[in-house]
Amino acid sequence: MTGRAIAQAGIFLAILTLFAVPLGHGMARWLNGGPGWMGQLLGPVERLIYRVAGVDPTQEMSWRRYAASVLGFNLVGICFLYALQRLQGNLPFNPNGLGDVGPEVAFNTAVSFVSNTNWQTYGGETTMSHLTQMLGLTSQNFLSAATGIAVLLAFVRSLGEGQRAGVGNYWVDLVRSVLYVLLPLSLGLALLLVSQGVVQTLAGSAVAQTLESGVEQVYALGPVASQVAIKQLGTNGGGYYNVNSAHPFENPTSLSNFFELLAILLIPAALCFTFGSMLKDRRQGWAIYAAMTLIFVPVLALTLGSELSGNPRLANLGVDDVPSLLQSGGNLEGKETRFGITSSALWAVATTAASNGSVNSMHDSYTPLGGLGPMWLMQLGEIVYGGVGSGLYGMLMYAIVAVFIAGLMVGRTPEYVGKKVEAFEMKMASLVILLPAAAVLVGTAIACSIPEGTGALANPGPHGFSEILYAFSSGANNNGSAFGGLTVNGPFYATAIGVAMLIGRYWVIVPVLAAAGSLAKKKRLPPTAGTLPTHGPLFIFLLVGTVVLVGALTFIPALALGPVIEALQLRGAS
Amino acid sequence: MQANLRPLLVLFFGLTALTGGAYPLLVNGLAQLLFPGPANGGLIREGERVVGARPIGQVFTGAGYFHGRPSALSPAYDAKTSGGSNLGPTNPALLAAVRARVEALQAENPKRSGAIPVELVTTSASGLDPDLSPAGAMYQVPRIAEARQLPEAAVYALINEVQELPLFGIFGEVRVNVLALNLALDRKAAPGASR
Repeated sequence: MTGRAIAQAGIFLAILTLFAVPLGHGMARWLNGGPGWMGQLLGPVERLIYRVAGVDPTQEMSWRRYAASVLGFNLVGICFLYALQRLQGNLPFNPNGLGDVGPEVAFNTAVSFVSNTNWQTYGGETTMSHLTQMLGLTSQNFLSAATGIAVLLAFVRSLGEGQRAGVGNYWVDLVRSVLYVLLPLSLGLALLLVSQGVVQTLAGSAVAQTLESGVEQVYALGPVASQVAIKQLGTNGGGYYNVNSAHPFENPTSLSNFFELLAILLIPAALCFTFGSMLKDRRQGWAIYAAMTLIFVPVLALTLGSELSGNPRLANLGVDDVPSLLQSGGNLEGKETRFGITSSALWAVATTAASNGSVNSMHDSYTPLGGLGPMWLMQLGEIVYGGVGSGLYGMLMYAIVAVFIAGLMVGRTPEYVGKKVEAFEMKMASLVILLPAAAVLVGTAIACSIPEGTGALANPGPHGFSEILYAFSSGANNNGSAFGGLTVNGPFYATAIGVAMLIGRYWVIVPVLAAAGSLAKKKRLPPTAGTLPTHGPLFIFLLVGTVVLVGALTFIPALALGPVIEALQLRGAS
Repeated sequence: MQANLRPLLVLFFGLTALTGGAYPLLVNGLAQLLFPGPANGGLIREGERVVGARPIGQVFTGAGYFHGRPSALSPAYDAKTSGGSNLGPTNPALLAAVRARVEALQAENPKRSGAIPVELVTTSASGLDPDLSPAGAMYQVPRIAEARQLPEAAVYALINEVQELPLFGIFGEVRVNVLALNLALDRKAAPGASR
């Protein structure tokens, strides 16, 4: 690895931490109605919304009521987004005259954006009208992220001091997440991106006569920056254009790339500190953040190293792919010159660590081990920083498993931050970890054994298997990135991945809220000599070990059939 | 249930209007007011004629122009769409395509005998990549100098002038915008000089 690549990655992580800590502590205040300038500024708007909607912000919801509200709100979202796509041909803000979206793609997209996956079976600029992009897709980018934050807040409250009957109020959590966190950050980021050349207009296209031959070149335009800002911040990832943030109109410069990359991990990382702040024990947040970073860094090193070393088969053809001061070098197929290897690999690992799923390079063309890193990060369940809210509640479920294992070793009832972990919480944690994993493996197995599954491949051999495995890993863990060669807009994949996305989102949210309901009722025990402190290196090590072991045992056999075989083939060729 | 239905519907449609209507339109208004150039595609005008958009690459084929990277789009650099090849590293189709590009480049640049910079034989992610690395541009200098009857040193100097450095020397790559470079070249010596 070159020194510049290491410096770029290291400085990026340092800057991320620098921004995430104060944001996390701020969010703990803003989201819980604490004092501060944010509340003074936007408080009147918040109260007006409650009055119109008939919400009593002081009313606690039981976990069942909270879950029912989440599911109801999301169901309305799916129906609305489906209808909007099916009718877009006859609705306004459609300057390019795009027709209605077909039923399978519309179903898949509706589930995809509401579940914070943003898997895209379509090319945005050739399928979705401006109205759909704004009122349907941009709005769900906000609402699905806010739902993630809300569920996390409910779970963290259940770990707090004092017994309580409920877990908070979903409507309040939802409104505050949108108003205090997502909207202000998106507005700032969107304007910064426009200054760099991300387009933002209601016009449909522009035309030029090219310099050399005077041929017409038509540029697809639209309200891009407003959507790109929230798709990065909300770990959504659904791009305006087909190639997402690899498109020069979506991500034109080094500066735009830096801030889009930062935005992928910013809120998920900051929520660790929100968690510590809400528990009034900031060390707990740092411990979780440290565990996530400890998983992130080695995977980044694997992917970055593998991409920098390039494709040995090309070097044999008289191609110079050695990194130098004059070129990025490495495996440049499917990567943009302005990002080169380092900014592309850093993005690929960040976007799959968080359940973002936006891309600035084509993951399908990665070297085998370069592609293995992102794939495995998704398979772990999107908990290394993870999705906005969902990453941290997923990681806290792993924390419950970790203290349970530690408890088994010493024969003591396990507890996490003073709350006893018993059979019910363990059952819920197991569901959260096992259901998405089962959806990945079962879905992949089905797709491999039917012609509708294998007929959609773009690459032969083990790489084709990787395409399918990546698709289900991405869908069932609500990531949304893809090995893009796979043709996924046919009925089989559109439906199967749609179902995988539903499982990965809602069959996780319900057990998490159920565990929250149970934990909230428990008394917080004071630590004794026998308590495992959950802020020290021993716990961090135990947590990382649990995550890695579960991820390894579940997925190594499948990974061996795809990227590992391909890596051996590639090595054999050189 | 009734008590839950009103907040659900009011909040859904209210927040949808706020985040999917008011927010993008506010960004749109501010963008058009503050950054009208970049917000509308960064179009480049030469006199009356719009010759391109700065962020988007275009096709160059003549010996006297710098050529951008291969594009996986068909037709190449069709900015109505976007897309990469999605070919995996062991796919025989990738190898065949690269081999053909190597041969074509060697034929076009007879004065160059060394290895070819990798970006010149691989397609970009978007199919619209506007840039080359300095290595990719420098490889083409002897051909361009000959076609334009310019000293090679003058063409190298142009690359130096147009190239953009990484942010703070760390983030991103050194790169040269091909359209900007070719426009600078046209100002230096008429494209028709010897084509």
